[in-house]
Amino acid sequence: MDIIRTIISGILIATGCFLIVIAAIGVVRFPDFYTRMHPAGKGDTLGQGLVLTGLMVYEGFDLISVKLLIIIIFIFIANPTATHALAKAAYVAGVKPWVKDEGDGK
Amino acid sequence: MFNIAATVIVLAAALVIYRAIKGPRIYDRVLAVNVIGTKTVVLLALIGYIYERPHFLDIALVYAIINFIATIAFLKYRQTGGLD
Repeated sequence: MDIIRTIISGILIATGCFLIVIAAIGVVRFPDFYTRMHPAGKGDTLGQGLVLTGLMVYEGFDLISVKLLIIIIFIFIANPTATHALAKAAYVAGVKPWVKDEGDGK
Repeated sequence: MFNIAATVIVLAAALVIYRAIKGPRIYDRVLAVNVIGTKTVVLLALIGYIYERPHFLDIALVYAIINFIATIAFLKYRQTGGLD
């Protein structure tokens, strides 16, 4: 029973770390501000949710796992809200979206 | 297991620092700092498990709240020129 719980939490933590690394590569590599917001808003949120869920499975049910659940719920609400506010602020400030081949195809 | 996960997350945060330094606009830098803050919350939880001190989770919760409020406050200051 204990071994099964450790294996499940290891799989969840590995998947979360994979998503976090993918989100970091996306933030570095994407060409535009609005496209950079895509990995920062989704990949990072899901990655931290998976890692903290893995810790919660590893822990079992007590006060520590309840604290982990509170952190997960708060970041699932707060991180997309912050990203949305950032996108709105950039749009109001006049940041242009990226277009693939400007003036070439038309 | 927790050591490897913490190392991977630190390396990912080191990747994002490139965007925080180079980012052509100020919004790119705010986005990078937000991403690093989320990674820091996960890292604090993992450090609490590595050293077997569960009190680090309280610090992680407070850091998540500070990260969110800092982003919102900076954007409001940038948009309206004040925090009233």
